[in-house]
Amino acid sequence: MSDLAPDPVSCMDADFEHNTKANAARRRFLQRIGVMGVSALTASSLPMNVSRGGSLLAADIGSSAASDEPVSGVSSERRWGLLIDTSKCSAGCDACVRGCHEEHGIGVSGNDHTDAQWIRKIDLEDNDSGETMSLPVMCQHCETAPCVDVCPTGASFKRADGVVLVNKHTCIGCRYCMLACPYKARSYIHEPVTDQLSRAPRGKGTVESCTLCVHRIDDGQNLQPACAVACRKDAHSAIVFGDLNNPDSEISKSIREHDAKQVRADLQLNTAVRYTGL
Amino acid sequence: MNSTVRYIAFKPRNVSYYCVILLCLLTMISGGYCAYMMEVSGHIITGMNNHVAWGLPHVFAVGLIVTASGVLNGATCASVLGMEVYKPVARLSVVLASSTLLGGLTVLVLDLGRPDRLLLAFTHHNFGSIFTWNIFLYTGLLLICVVYLWMMMEKRFNRQVTTIGLAALVWRIVLTSGTGAIFGLLTGKNIIDTALMAMLFVVLSLVLGTAALVLVTILLKHWQSTQVDDELQKAFNRMQLLFLLVLGIFSIVYHLINVYARQDLYVPLFTLTGGLTTMFSVVYVLTGLLVPLGITLYLLKKPGGIYKQIASSIMSLTGGFLLLYIVIIGSQNQAKILFPGKTVLASRFGDGGFPAYVPSVWEWGVGLGGVAFSFFIFLLLIRVFALIPESQPSTVSKLI
Ligand code: SF4
Ligand code: SF4
Repeated sequence: MSDLAPDPVSCMDADFEHNTKANAARRRFLQRIGVMGVSALTASSLPMNVSRGGSLLAADIGSSAASDEPVSGVSSERRWGLLIDTSKCSAGCDACVRGCHEEHGIGVSGNDHTDAQWIRKIDLEDNDSGETMSLPVMCQHCETAPCVDVCPTGASFKRADGVVLVNKHTCIGCRYCMLACPYKARSYIHEPVTDQLSRAPRGKGTVESCTLCVHRIDDGQNLQPACAVACRKDAHSAIVFGDLNNPDSEISKSIREHDAKQVRADLQLNTAVRYTGL
Repeated sequence: MNSTVRYIAFKPRNVSYYCVILLCLLTMISGGYCAYMMEVSGHIITGMNNHVAWGLPHVFAVGLIVTASGVLNGATCASVLGMEVYKPVARLSVVLASSTLLGGLTVLVLDLGRPDRLLLAFTHHNFGSIFTWNIFLYTGLLLICVVYLWMMMEKRFNRQVTTIGLAALVWRIVLTSGTGAIFGLLTGKNIIDTALMAMLFVVLSLVLGTAALVLVTILLKHWQSTQVDDELQKAFNRMQLLFLLVLGIFSIVYHLINVYARQDLYVPLFTLTGGLTTMFSVVYVLTGLLVPLGITLYLLKKPGGIYKQIASSIMSLTGGFLLLYIVIIGSQNQAKILFPGKTVLASRFGDGGFPAYVPSVWEWGVGLGGVAFSFFIFLLLIRVFALIPESQPSTVSKLI
């Protein structure tokens, strides 16, 4: 049951109020997803050359399931997000990182600077109080995502439900999104990848980042992202996943209760990943 | 007026000319091999990583592209501003600009993670991205150069040269500003950063372009065993002095503004960011600004020192590329501040700091290969078409 997401109800949360402009933008994305869906269908009929990273499409993981699964369908009525409770997150624990690697078939070569870093643990000390804390940092799934803005081919895109993804078919590996992301959440695939999992296609020469386990979201089983599951299994439960647009969801309630913050809120990116105790 | 200058194809028989061609070919082949290795093995063999995603190839690519824009200044000065002294080198200027631009674009493409998907950049656009605009600006300038050259060479179109020259002038200013904006439009940067970076690139392109044009003109004259015309040499020197002065002022203003806004996510110019960047900052100020400024000032009083002009041009070129290294690598070579007011105790991904970027031999190969490719194309074009003014021992004013 720990794998279950809170029941989503479509309502607006004052904290995440979306104006008309945002809705229009979402509609545009929705249309784009439609187009992507068509290309995904076309792509799925093509032979996949996984080792060369030939026909890899992150978008099709999401959009295919979206069409026949009304509960988990991609809709702007939802905005998926994460809440990290830093008081529950333990220094030295990297269960979430291992969970993510396992889920997406990410290997570790030992070079931390070229290995994929979809999620990383950071231990911090407050300069004034000396208080220490530990927390995971992953793609913050920004509402106004700089990576999406700068991508020349539109390979970086945001789904209607706020999940920011990379279309592996149209990413040319220019890496501008890496420069643009203020959270250093994007990883470039520096070497050929083998033993990939069909749910997480990856390819040398393209860029990737946390997908919020979009394949699990779209599975229709109300599954939670692998990091949240791993954290809960390790008895920390520091990561809560849910619908930020639903004021009654566990995540929205906790955000309100604990006055959760965004990392670098000053950048005004309206991130979907929030932190308490920061 | 162009009709009074006789243009010829460039076919020298010097040994050094053939040596340079051979050197270009060898460097191009090595560059091609390096690019192939980067494609097969991935960027793991380079010094780039997830912190410094744009490395030395970008410095070369951007350097060549902005140089191309600056080189074109020679032609636009002649056709738009009516500066007669530059008319003999107008065709040279356009053809050098085109070949340099081509070299820069080649490096840019070869450094992509998926160069095989190049066409995608033309079929899938995100017009909200400055990068997309630049793709069109670069290819557009190439097209303008071709038309510009054609109109210069076709007598019946000579009257339209001013119009196309004006288009080239506007286009190249937008192009260099756009290239600067790639670095100035990142999140965390403010509007002043963007504007300053765009202007810095415009001035830098003029410094680099003038230096490249001076060196090429001198080299071609050397291969023809004649002297560089005094008037042209003086005009080039005045131009260099002016652009170097403006670049110096911009560098200082940019630095001061960034130091003032230190809370920024990105480094100010000349901040000690470790590794080569620090050294380059010092070297840039000395050899890229102060010494060439001194030389050009000296030549203003005592004109004629051809070797001094060569030295100041080489230094300006080197300095300009170092400045690009500082801007491109320096802005990535330090940890982005995610948690202001907090100290990073541990992170597997260098949030508290990471090893400085050191370019690999493969990156040098691709970058230098691009430079060689540019020069090779240039030599090839001037050999095939009548693009260089027939050499005369007289002054330029008699030539035009
Ligand atoms: S955190 Fe970075 S990669 Fe993720 S949406 Fe924001 S800018 Fe894009
Ligand atoms: S690396 Fe790929 S996703 Fe990133 S900006 Fe370039 S094309 Fe877009």
